[in-house]
Formats: sequence, C-alpha cells, structure tokens
Amino acid sequence: MSQTQTPQMRQDTAASDIPAIELRGICKAFGPVQANKNISIRVRRGTIHGIVGENGAGKSTLMSILYGFYRADAGEILINGRPTDIPDSLSAIRAGIGMVFQHFKLVENFTVLENVILGAEGSALLRPSLAKARGLLKDLAREFELNVDPDALIENLSVGHQQRVEILKALYREADILILDEPTGVLTPSEADHLFRILRGLKEQGKTIILITHKLREIMDVTDDVSVMRRGEMVATRVTAQTSPTELAELMVGRKVLLRVEKTPATPGDDVLRVQSLRLVDGQGVERLRGLDFTLRAGEILGIAGVAGNGQSELLEVLAGLRPATGQAWLRGAVLPLSGPGADAQTRRAQAVAHVPEDRHRRGLVLNFHAWENTALGYHNDPAYNPTPWKMDNDAIIRDTSAKMAAFDVRPPDPQLKASGFSGGNQQKIVLAREIEHAPDVLLVGQPTRGVDIGAIEFIHQRLIRLRDAGAAILLVSVELDEIMALSDRIVVMFDGRIMGERLPEKTNAQELGLLMAGMA
Amino acid sequence: MSAGGRIPNWADVTLVPLVSVVLAFILSGILIWAIGESPWAAVKLMVEGAFGSSYGWGYTLYYATNFIFTGLAVAVAFQARLFNIGGEGQALLGGLGVALVCLYIPWPHWSLALLAACAGAAAFGALWALIPGYLQARRGSHIVITTIMFNFIAASLLGYVLVNVLRPQGSQDPSSPRFAAEVALPKLHEMLALVGIPFSRVPPVNISLLIAVGMCFAVWFLLWRTRLGYQIRAFGESEPAAEYAGISPARITIYVMLISGALAGLMAVNSVMGEQQRLVLNAVEGAGFIGIAVALMGRNHPFGVFLAAILFGFLYQGGAELALWTSIPRELIVVIQALVILFTGALDNMVRIPIARLFALRGAR
Amino acid sequence: MDIATFVQVLDSTLRLATPLLFACLAGLISERAGVFDIGLEGKMLVAAFMAAAIAFVSGNVWIGVAAAVGVSVLMSLVHGVAAITFRGNQLISGVAINFLAAGITVVIAQNWFRQGGRTPSLSGEARMAPIDLPFAAALRDVPVIGPVYHGILSGHAPLVYVAFLCVPATWYLLFRTRFGLRLRAVGENPAAVDTAGVSVIGLRFAAVALCGVLCGLAGAYLSTGLSAGFVKDMTAGRGFIALAAMIFAKWRPWQAMGAVLLFGLLEAVANRFQNIDIFGVAVPVQAMQALPYILTVVILAGFVGKAIPPRAGGAAYVKEH
Repeated sequence: MSQTQTPQMRQDTAASDIPAIELRGICKAFGPVQANKNISIRVRRGTIHGIVGENGAGKSTLMSILYGFYRADAGEILINGRPTDIPDSLSAIRAGIGMVFQHFKLVENFTVLENVILGAEGSALLRPSLAKARGLLKDLAREFELNVDPDALIENLSVGHQQRVEILKALYREADILILDEPTGVLTPSEADHLFRILRGLKEQGKTIILITHKLREIMDVTDDVSVMRRGEMVATRVTAQTSPTELAELMVGRKVLLRVEKTPATPGDDVLRVQSLRLVDGQGVERLRGLDFTLRAGEILGIAGVAGNGQSELLEVLAGLRPATGQAWLRGAVLPLSGPGADAQTRRAQAVAHVPEDRHRRGLVLNFHAWENTALGYHNDPAYNPTPWKMDNDAIIRDTSAKMAAFDVRPPDPQLKASGFSGGNQQKIVLAREIEHAPDVLLVGQPTRGVDIGAIEFIHQRLIRLRDAGAAILLVSVELDEIMALSDRIVVMFDGRIMGERLPEKTNAQELGLLMAGMA
Repeated sequence: MSAGGRIPNWADVTLVPLVSVVLAFILSGILIWAIGESPWAAVKLMVEGAFGSSYGWGYTLYYATNFIFTGLAVAVAFQARLFNIGGEGQALLGGLGVALVCLYIPWPHWSLALLAACAGAAAFGALWALIPGYLQARRGSHIVITTIMFNFIAASLLGYVLVNVLRPQGSQDPSSPRFAAEVALPKLHEMLALVGIPFSRVPPVNISLLIAVGMCFAVWFLLWRTRLGYQIRAFGESEPAAEYAGISPARITIYVMLISGALAGLMAVNSVMGEQQRLVLNAVEGAGFIGIAVALMGRNHPFGVFLAAILFGFLYQGGAELALWTSIPRELIVVIQALVILFTGALDNMVRIPIARLFALRGAR
Repeated sequence: MDIATFVQVLDSTLRLATPLLFACLAGLISERAGVFDIGLEGKMLVAAFMAAAIAFVSGNVWIGVAAAVGVSVLMSLVHGVAAITFRGNQLISGVAINFLAAGITVVIAQNWFRQGGRTPSLSGEARMAPIDLPFAAALRDVPVIGPVYHGILSGHAPLVYVAFLCVPATWYLLFRTRFGLRLRAVGENPAAVDTAGVSVIGLRFAAVALCGVLCGLAGAYLSTGLSAGFVKDMTAGRGFIALAAMIFAKWRPWQAMGAVLLFGLLEAVANRFQNIDIFGVAVPVQAMQALPYILTVVILAGFVGKAIPPRAGGAAYVKEH
C-alpha cells in the first residue's frame, strides 16, 4: 500500500526526480467543445498515479493523446524528461507506453498468444514468434499472477482474463508506462482485487502506472498520487495518503453555481410504478442490474444518482420497453410485462409512459429529420396525426410542432428545420416537448440537461417541476449531482447495478451522496 | 456530414450528383477520344438520336419507363438503408407473372389484362424479394449477397420454365408463345393521336409510361405521406432512434423488400407486355442493375429517379444511335453507367469533401 | 455413364474449377482483410480481355498473363481508393467495377480488333499449352492410376496447377505468417491492429492488391487456357460463383478448394448432359446451374452451419477510443 512508499517519495533522489511522464499545457478541442484545457501533470516513475473525474471530464481524451490516437492542439509531452512526439500508436509503443482501453482491442477469434504478438511478431513467420511469446508469457504469468491459457480463444475467456491479455500485450512490448482506462468497470469485485494485486506487483518491478477511474475507493486503495479532472481541466493533484475521499469527491463535483429551482414540497399521490427484484444480464453475460426494488408515486420526482455506467441507463431502457429484463413490475396496479409481448416501446407509450432518452443524438432524435418529423417520433401512430388509416396528416403534425415549439420556447421556432440544425438545448426542448405535451402518467428522463446551455437548463427544470405538480410521476436519472439535489423529492443512489440507499434531499449533502456513489456505504 | 463540414441541402441534392455525372461524362469523353472518335460529334449524335425526333423520344421514353420502375425499387430499399441488388431477378420473375396472366387467361380487353398483369408482375417480383428480405430480417443473412444469388436462381428458373413449360411445341427458341392481340397495350402514338398530336408509330413506348409516372407519385406519397413511409425513413436514418420509437426493424425490412420487389417486377409490364409481347430469356436486359445507378443519381427521391431515368433513357437510345452510325459500340453506355455508380455511390466522399471545403471557404469569408 | 465419359467429366471439372479457385481465393483474401469485393467478376473479365489481347499482339501468352495481372490490380486499386481511402460503400464500388469491366472490354476490343467485341482466336504460342506431368504417358495404361493420373490430372495448362498450389500457399500465408496474422486481424477488429501500431490502410491495400493478382490469373486462364480468345461477357457469372464458393467454404482456403471442385463438377455435368437422370427423376440442367447459388443461400440463412463473415467486413475503419 502507499503508506510504505510515502517516506521514500519525500526524499526523491535526483535520478527519479525526472517524471516518467510530464504533460505541459495540453489542449484539445473537438469542434466547439474544449475537451482538454491547458493540462499539465507529472507522473513520478515507479508509482501508481490515479486520474479521477466525472464522465466527460476529459480523462479519456487526455490518454488518447498520450497514446497517439489524437493529436493535441497545443502542449508538450515529455517521456522520461525527453520531449516526445506521439503522432500514432506505434510511436507511443516505441516510447514505452502501453494502454489498456476500456473497450478491449482484442481479436475475438484469435488465441491469447496470437493477440499478444499481433504487431510485435519479430519475424515474418509465426512459429518462432509464437514460441518466443509462449516462453515470455509463462515468465510473466509466474511473476505477476497474470495466468491465462495462451491457447484459449479470446471469445471463450471471461472479461477479467481478457483484460489480463491486454496487460500482457503491453508487457510483451516492454512497456514501462501502463495506462488503464476504467479497468474495473467490467470486473467483478474479486477480479478487481486480483487486478490491483497485479498492478502493485508491476509497480514493485519499477513500472509506472496511470489508472483512470471514477471510483474513489480504488484510488484510495492502490494509488500513490491522484489528479482530479473536471470539465476538461486538471483541478488538483494530491498525494493519496494526504487526501480523503471527501476531498476528492468535492474536487470532482466542484463547487458549481448552486442550481436554484423554485419548487414547493411535493404532494405525492398513489404508487404509479412499482418494481421488484429487477435484473438484467447484458449480451456479454455481465449482470447490469442486480435486483432493484423501488416505488414511484404520482406527483413526485424520484432522482437516481450515480456515476455513469452503474446501471442507470439500463434501468431506463428496461422501463421504456427497449430491452427485456426479469423481475416484476406494476403500472397503476396492473402487471407490467418486462419481456415478451407488451414489453415494447409502442405499448409503453400507449400506457402513458413517456421517455426522454439519455442520448438524444442517437435515440431521441433522427438528426436528419425535420423538427416536425421528430415530433411524431414514437407517436407516429397517434390518431391525431392519422385522421385516415392511409394518410399521415403532415399539416396537423406541423401545426402541433409549432404549438409545442412555442410552449417550450424552441428557437428558431421553425418546424421545417432539420433537428441537426438546432443547438443542444433546443434539440432537448424538442424532445421534452414531444414527451411532456402528451401528458404522460410516468416520465422516464435521462440526463435532461447534458450539453445544454444554462438558460435552457433552468427552463427544462421548471418544466419538469410543472409536470410533477400536474400529478405525473417522474423518474430522473442524472450524473449531475446538483441536478438530482435540486429537482428530486427523493434520491436513490445506484452503484454497480444495485441501489446503495435512499435519501431525502433536505437531509443529505453532496459528500454523503458522493460516498454512496463511490460504492462506500 | 462527418467529413469536411456541411453542404447546404440544395447543393447536396443538385450539385453533388451533377458534379459526379460531369466527372463520369468527362472520363467517357476521354475514352471516346482515345478510341479515335470525336467526343463532341458523339454527344451531338446522341442528342439528335434521342431527342431529335419523335422516334428518338419514343425509344428514350420506353427505356426510361423501365428505369423508373427499377430505379424506384432500388431507391425505396435505400431509404431503409437496404441495398437491393436483386432488381434484375425480381423483374425476371415479374415477367413470368405477366406472361402467365397474359397466356392463360383469355382477356376481353387490354385494360383488364393490364390490371391483372400489373398485379401478377408485382406479386411475383415481391415474392422474389420477400425471401431475401425475410432471411435478412430473421436470420441475419446479408441481403446484398442473397439478392445477387437470387438473380442467378431467377435466371435458371426462367430458363427452365421457358424451355420446358412455356415453349410452344416444335419451337427451338426458348421463349413463350406470343400473347393474344387483345392484350397488346396502347402505344404512346395511339394515345397522343386522341389529342391530335402526331408521334412516331415505331417505338414501343406505351401506356406503362403513365403507370411508371404514377408510381413515382405513389412512392413519393408512401414515403412522405404515410405512417409506413415515415417508419421506413426513420429506420433508414437511424436504427437506434427507430427502436426507441417502437418501430420493428424486422417488420420494416420485410415490408420494404416487398415494395421494392413489386416495383422491380412491374418493369415487366413495360418490356414483356408493352414491347416483346412474349416472354424471352433476357427480358430484363440489365435494367435491374441500371436501377442502382438511377437511384444513386436520383438521390433516392422519386422525382430524382424520374429525371435520372430520363437521362439513362437518353443514354440508351443515344448509345444505340451511336453504335449504328459510328464504330463506338453500345457498351460505351455501360461504361458511363459504371462511372456514374462509381462517382455517385462509392466515391461520394471524393466529390463531397472538396465541395464542402468550398462552402466552408465561402462561409468563412 | 462409361469410364471414359466419367474421366472426361472429371478432367473438365478441374479446368472449370481453376478460374473459380483463383477468384475464390482472391475474394477470400480481400474479405479476410475486411474489404468486401463483389467486383471479382469485373476484374476477371478485364483480365481475360487483357490476357487475350496482349497474347495475340505479342504472340506470347505469358506476356498476356502479366498484362492481365497488371490491369486487374489496377481495378483493385480503384476499389481500394473508393472503399479504403474515401470510405465509400464497398458493395456499390464492386457493382461499379463489374459494369466498368463489362463495358470497357467490349469498347476497347471492338476498337482494337473490330470483331464484334471479341479478340481474334489465339493459337500457338499465344495460347496456354497443356503440360504433361512426368511419366504420364508411361502410366497411361496402368489400371486406375492410368485414367486418374493421365486422364484427369495430367495434360492441363500450367495455371491449373498454379491455382491448386495457391490453396496451400494461401493457407500458409494466412495462418503461418506475420502478414497473414495481421491481415486476418484487420478483418476482425481493425482497432486491435491500429492500437498495435500497424497501419490498417496499408494492410487493406495489400490484401486488395493480392486479390487483384489472383483475379488477373483467373481471367488470364479463362481466355488463354480454357478458351482460345476473349468474347464479350465471357466470365458469365463466374465471379459470383466464386463469391458463393467463398461463403460456402466459410472463408477458409482448403474448404474453398472443395467448394470450387463441387461447383466445377456441377458445371462440367451441366455442360455435358442436358438432363441428368437420378434414380428415375430427371434433373433439369438449370437446376445444376442454380445449385451453387441455392446452396449458398441455404448456408447464409444458417440452416446448415452458419456462415459468419469476418466481423469488420464491409466497413471502413474510423478511429475511436
């Protein structure tokens, strides 16, 4: 653990004074979005350096620059004190950098051995390369507990083993610096513990490790130093032993301008939606929802807090009829099927369950459709739009869109403009107008203000409150803690597919919720 | 657009295909020049041959009729992001449908026969597209490969039926008997004579042209004025969004292939019933494939398909004249067609990116 | 069917399978690298024309073969530029190449030779002469071995033997060399290759060029070995049968050889007999012709062992992390 290292760190010798990696003033923009703003960081050799931050804080972009996937707009990279140009992955590999991506870069129907040598074969014929790799793998396995059957096909390996292959790939290329991007997101707790043992072993051998994560417990457990990123900026670097999860949580979330939403206390009515032991196993066999129980009442907003990727998205999709799950659910007292007939998106809409999806570009809108066409998305079977069975009444939809645009102050209020032509805030208003104006009993809403400007945020929040006051039950999923705190009447925190606890917004604070979000109950 | 920024909508539907066609023509002109002919004279000959007389116009419109049907077939499928390369086979089967209707039922009047032939052609074409559609929707078989395979299977099937079933006793020719005179479709010159316009009696252009134009409107109506069309377009633009809206990808795939196959099948009404008056082995003559070029150039819009079909009708008629009066063979048209497909379909980005840059420059100023 | 006919049918099976085998391996290499190629037909056709034309003009068939390979690779590169560089639709590009070939061969042939879009008949040195395998004549009258060795295996054009040698060569290249490992990886998961520091674009262009070489040999054999000259549309769908064989073989070289032999046999039988009597049921010749395609659809539908193409096939590679 880091404590044993701390004294040595304070009396650094001259040689190890040179950081393994130093970034100076790295900037990177994607169009108008500044993903990395003037980032500088030093990673000491032979340490595990954590980088934490919320989703979209710019961590992955920074690491992609380091691995030659993107080129920085400005700034300098120094490896072992030497300025190094990294235009592509090959240069990164040559500079001694190895990367374990969040989504593995493995060839599924190749063996472990073939994946390890790919791109670093050594000779034109495979046989000698494979033999050499087999021997090396055996040594690495012994040394670092990196046991994997070299002849197994990747597609037959567990996720944890696949990750070991990624680490082996980097070590086979003699990487001195190992970057791991959200390595535990797909692992079980025991697999994660094993991974950390491996990482500590590597550190003892003098390797430098960068661990990107949003899980504070991991940071506290294995890192020596930790840097915090927020909204594209590097806000702080601390020695892990001298900081606390509370401080890190505050740094991550930041002291943002407190959102103020005018609202009266809720007057909850009957139970509208009840869910019991909801479970979901995804296509790769990973359990994403591990038995959820909760109740949603009319006239209240139930906020689901949590770091992205802990099952909230899946929960929304299950309730919206987009993917089948197991367990029980009741809507207004009647059984709500979670799979099979009656568990589809059209039926849900007919049952007055509306859905504002998390990703409006992929799901919520057809970007190439006019605004009015998007107003009919999902409601294309609405009798108001179909006066006769054979003709869709486009004029009626356009009139309806104009009315909705006026009600939601969409700018420009032009139903004929393509969805891609609106700003993020106005796109979101189009989606919200569509879902809210159908006066749903239940509104499922994910990240309602992601990528939305301040003015629109306020407007959207007011509309959600107004819908609540009109008696609708709202399930709000957001990774923005302020938003959850400002809007919710009750808060449920999700971590790793489970509900960690329920709090009332007036009786909790960001620190407590942050700890729950980090899985520390 | 992901690459190179935005292009205004008007430029996207006019400028991009236009530049592609011009590039295709320039390359073809170079080819003509390379084989020792004058490109300029060739163009003049083609324009005169295709548009210089009512005879030329008649053939141009006859070919265009075929291409409208097959172009619409490909365009409808493209709207759902499905590449139906099987128009050739579907049109062959459509021909079989027409022949069976015309040969085995004694029709009192051509109008009734026309209705029945349309139904037969559409039904057979749709059926031939249904199987690949079903295999794609339910079994995940790649629709491009299955429709290619079905083109060949259709050719063999038709060969068998013509040789062993439809061929009259004693005939060496693998073709059906002639249809009865009652089922001959009115030609354009007869129709124009009613309103007193003289028109050449020779070309086979017939009432199917009106059906083709009607189909342009019908497809436009389907895509932009009906619920099914809305769902087809939403599915084609974004499958995740369609899923979110509760649109079933499998069902839309099957519906679209049925419609596409029916449109391709309808082509046979023009060629088999309107021209040959009997079913022959090569009744389709590649029109199914030209539909791909027509749809790509017409930007998958029925109006665009109509214009592109006229252009290809012109190329086919002009090309025939060219072959007649010069040493340039008809296959030059196939080269032009290939280049149009290459530039409008596969090298789209090559044309688009510089145009987008130009607009970006202009916008920056 | 007597023995002599039987031997003749098998003999022509080998010859008919040869262009299919070249084209099938060509498609296999391209698709294994993630580039779909439905333009095999077109490349074969251009190569067939070029081989015949240049062999006629030069009087040497091997110069013709070289020219065929050259022009076929050129067409491959057009496909590569469209599909890899400009990230265009690989299927549409393939369609375009097929039409380009169908048109341009006739235009140039007509202009060059003025014989209705064909080349003059090849003879002598301009035609690919059959070669006798060692001891073929000596073993001729030995029972069993004689008919098989002398009657079926011996006496083909050199390219027939090259085609069948290409099977183990392709297998070796794909499964025993560094290049093959990378090539297969780029068809399955280009991101794995890219993050390993190897150029995805370079690998795919190499595969597409190899595909061109093999299509060139297929076309050259067609017009100088199997026939004696080029005629319009002489590939007659062979490129698509090769595609079918590739799917039928599930993108594996040895199985590809099995598939083309089966399809070659079907063609040989269909050429020889009009109707085949199997247990009293007359099977029409058209059924023989359609069988390769029907079998392929059945395989594609997954009713008999699912055919899973390389996972990254058909899509251009776009970096994302």
